[in-house]
Order: sequence, then structure tokens, then C-alpha cells
Amino acid sequence: MYKYDQYDQAMVDARVEEFRDQARRRLEGRLTEDQFKPLRLMNGLYLQLHAYMLRVAIPYGTLDSRQMHALADIADKYDRGYGHFTTRQNIQYNWIKLEDAADILADLAKVEMHAIQTSGNCIRNISSDHFAGAAADEVVDPRPYAELLRQWSSFHPEFSYLPRKFKIAVIASEKDRAAMRLHDIGINIVTNDVGEPGAAFYVGGGMGRTPMIAPCINSFVPLDQLVTYAEACLRVYNRHGRRDNKYKARIKILVHELGAEEYTRQVEAEFAHLLDQGVEPPLAELERIKGYFEDPLFETAADSQIDRIDPDFALWIDRNTVAHKADGYVSAVISLKPVGGIPGDATAEQMRLMADLAKDYSFDELRVMHTQNIVLPHVRKADLHALWTALDAAGLGSPNLDTVEDIIACPGLDYCSLANARSIPVAQKISERFAQTGKTATLGELKLKISGCINACGHHHAGHIGILGVDRKGVENYQLLLGGSEAEDVSLAKITGPGFDENGIVDAVETVTTVYERERADGERFLDTYRRIGMNPFKEALYG
Amino acid sequence: MADTLRYRDDEPVDHPAVTVDSFLDQSNASAVRIEPGDDARELLPHLDRLALVEVNFPAFGDGRGYSSARILREAGYEGELRAVGDVLVDQLAYMRRCGFDAFEPDQRFDMEDVKSAFERWPEVYQKAADTRTSIWAKRHP
Ligand code: SF4
Repeated sequence: MYKYDQYDQAMVDARVEEFRDQARRRLEGRLTEDQFKPLRLMNGLYLQLHAYMLRVAIPYGTLDSRQMHALADIADKYDRGYGHFTTRQNIQYNWIKLEDAADILADLAKVEMHAIQTSGNCIRNISSDHFAGAAADEVVDPRPYAELLRQWSSFHPEFSYLPRKFKIAVIASEKDRAAMRLHDIGINIVTNDVGEPGAAFYVGGGMGRTPMIAPCINSFVPLDQLVTYAEACLRVYNRHGRRDNKYKARIKILVHELGAEEYTRQVEAEFAHLLDQGVEPPLAELERIKGYFEDPLFETAADSQIDRIDPDFALWIDRNTVAHKADGYVSAVISLKPVGGIPGDATAEQMRLMADLAKDYSFDELRVMHTQNIVLPHVRKADLHALWTALDAAGLGSPNLDTVEDIIACPGLDYCSLANARSIPVAQKISERFAQTGKTATLGELKLKISGCINACGHHHAGHIGILGVDRKGVENYQLLLGGSEAEDVSLAKITGPGFDENGIVDAVETVTTVYERERADGERFLDTYRRIGMNPFKEALYG
Repeated sequence: MADTLRYRDDEPVDHPAVTVDSFLDQSNASAVRIEPGDDARELLPHLDRLALVEVNFPAFGDGRGYSSARILREAGYEGELRAVGDVLVDQLAYMRRCGFDAFEPDQRFDMEDVKSAFERWPEVYQKAADTRTSIWAKRHP
């Protein structure tokens, strides 16, 4: 895992003091709320319906047990004893006082963490593959590139007042586990014909009210020009992105309006210019960072036998563990989606337990998934039973990874001031319904995502089944969408037709799964069946 | 002029800045003002006759002026580069890094705040348009 040196530490420490000073000037009335707002946003402090929310960065979703313990302590000390893991691999606290914010940032800095640029119109925390360094299919570990970009984008003097927020994801395998093409910039580390590594740039993807899949604008940027290329992409956006309408200000609109070809031409021209400006870090810096991401010492003769005598344990193994590149190991997913629970929430006690288990069984490492679960990336198969036993006792043993219960839901009207409808109760009712009927098991992979408004924080466009909360004459109403995917087979979901009320949407989800069960061919997922048979059979069943 | 913060030793230009359009039309102006929508690159053929470029920030959240500043410095412009308008103390450090060396804010700064703004950052990650040595360069001398 990456460790701060004296420079990294000095930067986060300076940031804490800067924010302390800004908050003081705000409380003294020397900064107006309008002036203070972008400053607090760039420190992750966002005003919700009832209180401030603080979003803490978990760079590329990787953290160690000490950091997870610190997150638990913050939940206890400054919040209500829990936190919420987000779709960008961060954590948010929902009940924060402005007066405490600087102290929280100081607590974070002690464990090499921060809330820098987790909100606001700047380059946000860089996300990545949650199985990085463990996945059998990766070209390289993508995290060193994400860390390099973290440093580059932190306190970037030119790109801190962009037209709109800016999200970057870095992956390094054909399988996309980070919704790479639904980011402002998605980077895929690839190898060319002669085996050299380079970066493919996808620019202009995103969800929100105008969802777009990012086109590839350069399929191979050499690694010693990576930062320069990103700088060129950002400069063209900073100069020409729309600022007249915040709903048209994301880079996807610029790329769409210019056309990918013209945007690319401008980037290439800027890139050619910037190559002479010396903005690229030395390659030695990438090598230095890579040194922190070397494989832990895997046992070469780790025992691969698993005793499957307990059926509950066997089910959890089948659902929640994923193949690892080292023999005798798996990545184990801790579901934060208990039936009837709030997707992504964890109590302080649960965080501490996950931290301790990571220390005992996963080389002291945890990951946050964009699907709001936690991964222990490197677990010996021989340790799985002990791990599962401890998780299950703490309510963390739900065997439901990638099933209909593994729902992404945004905070919705329970917290968010922009919401049209509640997301959380809908997620709770759906998981309860499918758990009751026992259909979760038979439906297989089914990604369901819920947003409480058109801003799409719950990724409904990318759900095999998506749900969008809208306001219909003052009443919460839910639209149903089908056929989205955020993976390497990326696609945008389509609306089925008129919306439903809260109970109606739960029934509607059940109805479309019944169509799937009736129509599916061997081995087909819900998404595959939908793609094969199209929308009509589903519509007939829903509205027929 | 009294409210302009300058970090250079030469004499300030004594005539007002003109718009980019009128600058490109007239050959004798040596001071120009860039608005957010202007293309700073249009000035590049004329840098040798420029002594002052003002970059206007009508609203502090519009960050186009940061790119304009860097583009001018990257092209070798050495005259005064002045941020004017809705320029706030919390932006000074980044502006300086982008090449601004003078500031004419709508609202007068508290000089104590200015001092701490410039002293705040012990290090910088990136290379920009100032002379600071990046952390990357320090790690790999
Ligand atoms: S999708 Fe809408 S309701 Fe949900 S968190 Fe985002 S802005 Fe709020």
C-alpha cells in the first residue's frame, strides 16, 4: 500500500490548517457563504437536508486496518456511530457539525487520509478496480497510476475551478469493475503489440441527466506522457467547457457538442505543446510508487482445500469470493447489503471488525467497491471459514454479491436536498421481497441500481434494472429502466414506460424478473436475455 | 492602483488596458485585458509589445483565467500578469502558480490573510508556471 513520505504528509497537514483558517473566517463572517462554499466543498463538506455531510477520500478504494479504525473512531466521535461507503469508493458521514470539520480532517491526516477534492468543481478522488493487485486478469496493478494522478490532481493550480466536477477512473484489465467508461476520463492501462504498457484514454462519459459512454480518444499514450496527456484533456475542458448552464457543464457535453474527433484534435494540439513544458513527472516517480504496491508474500504452498460441509458457508464461498492470481487465495467480498438494510452503511463496530479481520486474514488491506461493499483482497482459502464465521456473527455475512439484493442506492430523499424520491426504503423493500420469495438465488447476476433523482448518483442508467425516483405532482414516483451495464459490455438502460408508486415499483421489479425466468436460455443473465428478446415482452408483462 | 498587489519591480504600465479585439486592431497599446471567453493564444504573436495583461475574473468560480495565464507564461510572456475582478484571497496561491504576479481584487484583501495564503503551501506536487520546485523533482534530484 502507498505510504506518505514527508512531502505528502506536509501537504495534507497544510490543507488541514488552511481549512481551519477558512472555517474560522467563515464563522467570523469574513467569508460569505457563497465564497466559502467552494472551499468547503473542496474539503468534502457538503450541505444536505438536515446537516453537513463530510465525504472522506479513500484513494482508489484502498485502505489498511489503521485507517479503517480511524474511520470508525470518527463515526463514533463526530457522527452517529456509522458511515456510508459510496459509489466512488469513498466514505461519507451524514451528521457533521461545521465546527468539528477541521478537527476531523486533522484526525484523518494522522493516518495519511484526507477529504481533499471529494466534492466541488475540481478533479475528484481517483477511483480504480477494487480487485487491483489480486485479480487474475489484470495487465498490471492500476493503482500506481491512480496514485500518480492523485498527486498530480491534488491542489492543481489550473484545474481547481473547472466548469463542473471531474471524475477519473483507472483500470488495467479487459474486465471493467470500475465503470471506467462512465467517467469524465477513464484510463485503461494496456499493452501494445510489442508488449509495452501504455494508457488508453476514454473521455466524456458520465451518468447524470444526460448519460454518455466515453469514446476512446487515444488508444495508447506512453506511460512517460500520461500526466501530460491528462493535463491536455483538462486544459481543453477548462477553457471550452460550458459555463453558462450547470447542467451542460460536464466534459461529456463538450465532447458531444464538439464531436469526439474535434475534441481529440484539440487535445492532441495542446498535448504537443505541453510536451515541451516539462509537466510530466520523472518515470522514476512511477517506479517509486510501484514499490509500494508490490505483492504481499503469498504462501507458495497455500492449502486450496475448502471444507464445504456447512451449506451456509458454502453458499457464501460461491457467491462472495472471487478468483485470485495466487494459488490458494481468493478475494472475499464483505456485503454491506444485509436484507432490509441500508446499502453501503456500516456501523463503527462493523468497521472495526472488518479492520481487524483484514489485519488477521488479508495482509492488512481492505478495498471499497463502487458497489458499496468491502473487499478483503488476499485471503487464504484455509482462513475462509474463520473469516466467514466472524463476519456472519456481526451481520456481515450476507451471501449476495452481484445478486438482486446487492443494490446500489443513493441517499435519496432521506438525506439529499436535491432528491425527488426516497431510494433507501425502495432498496430495503426489494431486498426483503426477493429474500422472502427465495428468488435471489435463482436469478443469478442481476445488478439493480436506484437513484432518487435525475442526477443519477445511484447509477440507475447502468443497472441491469434501474430505478429512477421522480416527482409526479408532489408524489414520489418511480420509473423502471432495463438493460444498462457499467462493465466492459457497457450500455445505457432504457425506460420501460409510465412510472410506479413505491409498492408498485417493487412489484414491477418482480414482474420483469418473472419474464426473465420464463424466457431465459441456458446460462443467460437477466441482461443477456433482455438484450436478446428486447423490451417488448417486459412491457407487455408490466403494462399489458 | 493603490489597491493593486504587485510582485514585480518594474514600473507599472500607466495607461488602461484595452480589449483583446481593440488590441489586435491597434499597434501601439501595451496593455490588454482578457475576458474569460477570450482566446489568450491570439495574443501570442504580439507578446514582445505587451507590458501588462489583465485577466478578468467576473466571478471567482470561472476558472478559465487560470489557463489563460499559464498559456501566456508557457509562451514566454514576461510582462505583468494581473488578475482583476472577483479575486479572493483563497485563490492567490493557485493564481501565483499559474503565473500571475499582480492582483487587483474588487474587494480589498486583509494583508495578514494574503501573507498566510502565500506561506501556506510548503511544497507543490506539479510543475506550473512559477519557479517552485515540484515534490516530484525533489524526490528525484
Ligand atoms: S441521485 Fe439525486 S437524490 Fe440521489 S444522491 Fe444524487 S442528487 Fe441526491
